[in-house]
Amino acid sequence: MKLTLKIWRQENASAKGAMQTYPIDGVEGDMSFLEMLDVLNEQLINKGDDPVVFDHDCREGICGSCSLQINGEPHGPDRLVTTCQLHMRMFNDGDTIVIEPFRAKAFPVIKDLMVDRSAFDRIQHAGGYISVNTSGNTIDANAIPVNKEDADDAFAAATCIGCGACVAACKNASAMLFTSAKVSQYALLPQGRVEATTRVLNMVEQMDKEGFGNCTNTGACEVECPKGISLENIARLNREYLSASIKG
Amino acid sequence: MGMISSSIARKVAMALSGLFLVFFLGQHFTINLTSVVAPDTFNSWSHFMGTNGLVQGVLQPILIFGVVFHFVMGFILEIKNRNARAVKYASYKGGANASWASRNMIISGLVILAFLGLHFYDFWIPEMIHKYVESHPEDPTRYYAETVHKFESPVRVGLYVISFVLLAIHLWHGFASSFQSVGFNNKYSTALTKFAKVYAIAIPLGFIFIAVYLHLNQIPH
Amino acid sequence: MSILDSKIPSGPLADKWTKHKNSIDLVNPANKRNIDVIVVGTGLAGGSAAATLAELGYNVKTFCYQDSPRRAHSIAAQGGINAAKNYQGDGDSNYRLFYDTVKGGDYRSREANVYRLAEVSSNIIDQCVAQGVPFAREYGGLLDNRSFGGVLVSRTFYAKGQTGQQLLLGAYSAMNRQINRGKIKAFNRHEMLDVVKIDGKARGIIARDLVTGEIERHSAHAVVLATGGYGNVFFLSTNAMGSNVTAAWKAHRRGAFFANPCYTQIHPTCIPVSGDHQSKLTLMSESLRNDGRIWVPRKKEDAEAIRAGKLKPTQLSEEDRDYYLERRYPAFGNLVPRDVASRAAKERCDEGFGVNKTGEAVYLDFAAAITRYGKEEALIHGMKNPSDAEIYNLGAKVIENKYGNLFQMYEKIVDENPYKTPMMIYPAVHYTMGGLWVDYNLQTTVEGLYAAGEANFSDHGANRLGASALMQGLADGYFVLPYTIGDYLSHDIRTGEIPTNTPEFDEAEKNVKDTIEKLMSGSGTHSVDYYHKILGKIMWNKCGMSRNAKDLSEAIEEISELRKDFWKNVRVPGKADGLNQELEKAGRVADFLELGELFAKDALDRNESCGGHFREESVEQSGEQQGEALRDDENFKYVSAWEYKGEPKDAQLHKEELVFENIELKTRSYK
Repeated sequence: MKLTLKIWRQENASAKGAMQTYPIDGVEGDMSFLEMLDVLNEQLINKGDDPVVFDHDCREGICGSCSLQINGEPHGPDRLVTTCQLHMRMFNDGDTIVIEPFRAKAFPVIKDLMVDRSAFDRIQHAGGYISVNTSGNTIDANAIPVNKEDADDAFAAATCIGCGACVAACKNASAMLFTSAKVSQYALLPQGRVEATTRVLNMVEQMDKEGFGNCTNTGACEVECPKGISLENIARLNREYLSASIKG
Repeated sequence: MGMISSSIARKVAMALSGLFLVFFLGQHFTINLTSVVAPDTFNSWSHFMGTNGLVQGVLQPILIFGVVFHFVMGFILEIKNRNARAVKYASYKGGANASWASRNMIISGLVILAFLGLHFYDFWIPEMIHKYVESHPEDPTRYYAETVHKFESPVRVGLYVISFVLLAIHLWHGFASSFQSVGFNNKYSTALTKFAKVYAIAIPLGFIFIAVYLHLNQIPH
Repeated sequence: MSILDSKIPSGPLADKWTKHKNSIDLVNPANKRNIDVIVVGTGLAGGSAAATLAELGYNVKTFCYQDSPRRAHSIAAQGGINAAKNYQGDGDSNYRLFYDTVKGGDYRSREANVYRLAEVSSNIIDQCVAQGVPFAREYGGLLDNRSFGGVLVSRTFYAKGQTGQQLLLGAYSAMNRQINRGKIKAFNRHEMLDVVKIDGKARGIIARDLVTGEIERHSAHAVVLATGGYGNVFFLSTNAMGSNVTAAWKAHRRGAFFANPCYTQIHPTCIPVSGDHQSKLTLMSESLRNDGRIWVPRKKEDAEAIRAGKLKPTQLSEEDRDYYLERRYPAFGNLVPRDVASRAAKERCDEGFGVNKTGEAVYLDFAAAITRYGKEEALIHGMKNPSDAEIYNLGAKVIENKYGNLFQMYEKIVDENPYKTPMMIYPAVHYTMGGLWVDYNLQTTVEGLYAAGEANFSDHGANRLGASALMQGLADGYFVLPYTIGDYLSHDIRTGEIPTNTPEFDEAEKNVKDTIEKLMSGSGTHSVDYYHKILGKIMWNKCGMSRNAKDLSEAIEEISELRKDFWKNVRVPGKADGLNQELEKAGRVADFLELGELFAKDALDRNESCGGHFREESVEQSGEQQGEALRDDENFKYVSAWEYKGEPKDAQLHKEELVFENIELKTRSYK
């Protein structure tokens, strides 16, 4: 199929960017979206132009590197997939596709479609861990039974890949779904309860410092999340934060 | 404002003030409804509300504070949220993943604010002047007639109807979402959300009904 | 005779590690503060090592090319992690895990290392649970296990199909704690481009900031490479796009021996290549083979009709299907080890029985399993004379519960519904058992330079068992390296900070800058991917699932020629002093072009078939095993460790003889 791509090009963080139009031909339905961009880049390189820069790595939907706002939606029109797993059969011959970086003040553009998501890392540095020593002997794994339902919920929260689609989708560029997933994983496990109070206070404080917007419960994050992280986590985060604030 | 500097605290404050206003709406609606079914009751309840010291001296200021707080905080959050995305998308498909109501609380909110202005102009300010400036002798039966006469103009009734539609939209998202904000999410959530959605439609619809009913059932001046 | 000293402690197998730990030197806590360690790579091995070393008190600097340590490719591991916990009471033990691993590796790994791995495996699970890794649990709240890869016990711990993700996030959380304490400084979006050696010891690295393009000097008292495998030398593999051999290869050029480069694991259940645009391959968990039956059409004309789209697989009757694994290996059937299953698929496709448009795919069919489960379910639900549709629906539900997420992934990629029509699969490069040669302490042949996880060669021999990669990465990082590196660092307590303004750093930095300069100044005829794809084709066709002397010799020459052409004609657009993804790729492909040659040379040298390495010259000539892989213990019971001597083909072979004192060498038979 033949497509028209409108892509955000920006030389570096301080440069002013603009949308540019690229026609592309010979796109097949079996290609992933990133493979389609590979084809474009190969053409650009052969013409002596700079290829389009975008983050990507595992290309199997788990590392969370790939991003892209495609036709107004993070990871494009398909549901429960990352951009690397989005296939071109979702589009039709003659379509125009608008490709932009994830936009948020907390995710500054590095170049073209690549953004700096280290704000997510800093939120996790602030408390995304359980303070146990990593070497030597700890208690036997089965010494702490965990209710299966809690374990499953903790796992579901822990499957967040930190791609930033929640922030990109949210009209407020809020990072609540991400932060809530990280807080929830530990809040649901007995091992994580010990530090639950300081963890949630510190992580939320860091989240606010990074300049993300506020959650207004639009639910866009949950819809666009490639891993289907549930809004229940945000409710849990609110609850955890409230009780932690009261406890001090 | 320093006390509520964190994003979650603000969100909870919005939810709680919103819930308070939702509760007030229900109370307001109940009294208004009597204007349709029992004008005498309407008069006596209105008289009570208008003259009771506790209501006027304590509840009324709390209500005004609640309204002002909800608006001011709403504006602050809106500005902060807009700033959180400095460069806008060229293409943003908000409708693909969230309802119009949830994305445009500021619009429905502003319409409601404008309506409040009209409503104050219509009722509250005359009421204050009547009671505290001009110091008329108290007449416990004046309320019904005054109210009915306010709905004489079709333009005003039209403005009221539009405002209540926007109020319904505002509540459609706001009421149910306030439970999420305060962290209430358990096996009762589904039922509670359903209740909130019904409430969001029924109460404004009721207000519309009253306005239209009074418009159609005018009494002589 | 050999200059290789594996430093395996003496004494009985089961006591070696304890004894060793008790006898090595320690660094006191106050002195640890004065010692710096660089960890390159932040996957399971690197992340866990960095966290543990920082926790012990060393100053750690981590480097990764991704934007966050949490994105390392360990995250993509699906199946699980083995541990000899014996929670299921099915007779598992450290010895059994050790035995299975050595046997699975076709007797080409070191006994002492493997035993240590089995010994610390239990502790890994304890550790991970303590740090909040949400493993699958049973209703009683205790940990669940599953069986994996044809072993006889259930010892695999898992978190749905995302075990690697959960374990990596666990290691990353441990890193976070240390980053928050200021004990780890994380250099993300940085790529290591050289090792700096001072007086023969590794004392630092040269790294490129991938955002600014700046070349940086970083010094330390020891350097740990945990940079993963080199499967991307094949261009198409299940590795991440950025996975590369550069760090390991630079170390090799600085004197670290490269061991067994030809040992590659080719995983049988991957989604087949769909066209020339393909950038990577996707693995489907091996667990699918528990219920899927693998087949191709019995008649060539049927295969041709299917390829042309004129015939559907579901239209073929049972007698027209060739369940070749069940036919060839009646005892193990569809559950033969990975290498055997992969070769058998290739054999059928080479004979012209492949089923997708490229002719390189076989069917993995769940119809029989759906019917079987459906009947079982009908019986359980007390249904009398259930209809076919009812049976199908009940059975499909069981399959969905077991493999739902895999089926969904398959449908997204291939656009076919695997509940209705058989899946298509084909083998793909998945893991490399070879890597930097290390001794028992995980130290390479360069003093102070360590290698952990997939980057080293030590534990899997010629073939890795399922769910063992995660175990090895974490064992190295959490439980082995932190002890053994202390022994080395105990001699460095008086060294003080290593300055970076020395001639050695000057030389290394110049070397890096010159290489970049050279890459940027190619004539600009072809893109980096052009070369990478050609290299991949040579590797896949001549160094792939089955190898022979003629092909391998040709591969050596072809790669050498390709490399020359690359350096002359590659086109790297843009500038070096800023973000330049093509330059990053070019540097990695340049190293693959050298490694590929050594790979072929190693494969040529090893004229035996063992594990993932299959030489057509070395097969059983007669008997029940006729045509199967033939190992040659008499001549090849050694580790090949290659020393860099300029051109890869001039590399010098050093042999580490493998000694088996506790296990009797046997022929693997799956008939």
